[in-house]
Amino acid sequence: MGKEIIQIKDLKIHYPIRSGFWNRITDYVRAVDGVNFSINEGETYGLIGESGSGKSTTGKAIVGVEKVTSGQILYKGVDITKASNRKRLNYNKDVQMIFQDSMSSMNPRKRIEDIIAEPIRNFENLTTDQERDRVQELLDIVGMPSDAIYKFPHEFSGGQRQRIGVARAVATNPKLIVADEPTSALDLSVQAQVLNFMKHIQQQYNIAYLFISHDLGVVKHMSENLAIMHRGRLVELGSREEIYKHPIHIYTKRLLSAIPQVDVENRDAHKLQREKVEKEFEENQSKWYDKDGRVFPLQEVAPNHFVAIPKDEVQDAISEEEKERD
Amino acid sequence: MEKQSDLLLDIQHLHTAYRLQGKFYDAADDVNITLKRDKILAIVGESGCGKSTIASSIIGLYDHKNTKVTGDILYNELNLVGLNESLFNKVRGDKIGMIFQDPLASLNPLMRVGDQVAETLYYHTNMDEAARHARVIELFNQVGMPKPEEMYLMYPHELSGGLRQRVVVAMAIACKPEVIIADEPTTALDVTIQAQILDLLEDIQKQIHSGIILITHDLGVVAETADEVAVMYAGQIVERADVKTIFEHPLHPYTRSLLNSMPQSDDDDEDLHVIHGTVPSLKNMPRTGDRFAARIPWIPESAHEANPVIHEVEPGHFVRCTCWKTFHFENEEAVSGE
Repeated sequence: MGKEIIQIKDLKIHYPIRSGFWNRITDYVRAVDGVNFSINEGETYGLIGESGSGKSTTGKAIVGVEKVTSGQILYKGVDITKASNRKRLNYNKDVQMIFQDSMSSMNPRKRIEDIIAEPIRNFENLTTDQERDRVQELLDIVGMPSDAIYKFPHEFSGGQRQRIGVARAVATNPKLIVADEPTSALDLSVQAQVLNFMKHIQQQYNIAYLFISHDLGVVKHMSENLAIMHRGRLVELGSREEIYKHPIHIYTKRLLSAIPQVDVENRDAHKLQREKVEKEFEENQSKWYDKDGRVFPLQEVAPNHFVAIPKDEVQDAISEEEKERD
Repeated sequence: MEKQSDLLLDIQHLHTAYRLQGKFYDAADDVNITLKRDKILAIVGESGCGKSTIASSIIGLYDHKNTKVTGDILYNELNLVGLNESLFNKVRGDKIGMIFQDPLASLNPLMRVGDQVAETLYYHTNMDEAARHARVIELFNQVGMPKPEEMYLMYPHELSGGLRQRVVVAMAIACKPEVIIADEPTTALDVTIQAQILDLLEDIQKQIHSGIILITHDLGVVAETADEVAVMYAGQIVERADVKTIFEHPLHPYTRSLLNSMPQSDDDDEDLHVIHGTVPSLKNMPRTGDRFAARIPWIPESAHEANPVIHEVEPGHFVRCTCWKTFHFENEEAVSGE
């Protein structure tokens, strides 16, 4: 594997809750509460969680649009939570974002040419002709016809717009793209198209993706390593095989068992399994979460597999997993 | 209880046309489906295929000026097509319940959720206020809402997405309807909540013995819950069979393409299957020939029927057109016709 492109160290983002007569800060919403992970060059890293788990907030913090409470985001060894460092490293050029809702992420009054050229104009000094060539080239990469540059966003279907979003994100030759639920608003076959383009572009330009999604099927298809987030913290982190084949944390098991399976034959068995996991999740909260309902710190149970469990239970978890493997 | 027939809904030759710039275009074109008691019928297809059109035609919630519905929708020998509004209001909510995709949009933001459920009872039953309140609490318990007494007084914005959808389900089942139409009931929800809501629907169905029409584009959901499946493309049913057949021996090219584009296969590094092109818009929909032909251009025209009709391939398995006999994916070898 390549070397790490970005490291997130103990990232915390807290929002104050104000109340009382003086409108003082009485408590915090801990949206992201101590998250550690790192992304390698050219890989797809999956970040999974339900709504409200803090996964989008983490993504926004990495792009630099969310104010970080504490912790570090290291890019080329420099902490980019400081705006001056971001500027010095050309960070905003190297890290781009693809949004979930393609309609609201594009200016409806601008033509596609201007939409895609905007990041180029921000970071590069090109003549009008060069710029137009570059836009054509980008449209070509995502399989859009060349006359698209004169059209407006509303003239395209959802899948086409999302591809334009991909073209805009790769316009500055970024090293990392944060893709926040890029396909959750799309139909199945259109989703397949967008995901294929994303994969091809990755191979061509060696881009790393942080793929944020709640769809475990899509993440399984896209990413090599992934992390599962719950209540602002990571509950399990590891390679795709480890997490999908040997999940340990109850929350991971719960998420995995909730994915609808295309296996009509065994659907009753699958439902029973799901109910079993759900019951265990309800009843054994104290085993998996500390007394404040927080997720435990991560412990290593296998190479490239970390789980949030209390330290004294690591041995149990390892032996249990080995038993399952046999 | 008197003996009731097992056939709840019998839809024959349903055409629903919308007026666009003065002309009517069929969004549902000759749809024939039946719904039986205790069964879940799933209607699947991409957006723009006419799934929701069928739902709105059944429940009569369409713009009467700009929509033309013909054919028969028989509910216990009562034809819902052309039924007058006052009669329809008695059926709607009482005998046929509806669950919409977006619970926030289908709930009144200015009304306590308990009162909204009670409103259904006010119109369809003779209960007094105390009885209605008791029934709503009972319903909230049934749909698994914690602390129903407190929930009764909440406003929709105070509830989470899953709880809101539970309120909508409670509203739909308040009068124990025989038919429940669920139009993408879980699309806006997280997977774990989705599983809970689907389980809930199944449990309730067992309790009140209704039939459910489940409209969705998620094939996983279909495989988990449905008994029968109708696959729709461009306003037509292209394949209809029981759920096992659809997933194990799909025949129509569209069904096979959809199944192939799911990112669930184990060979993760391969490209996902992409269906060429898009669903044609209502105005540009081809009215003759196989409507799916344009999206499988490598299949010769001779393989399609000139005017595709539904064939019963095996007992209970219906497929439109004959092109499935020679259909192969673009990267596969052609198979010889039978």
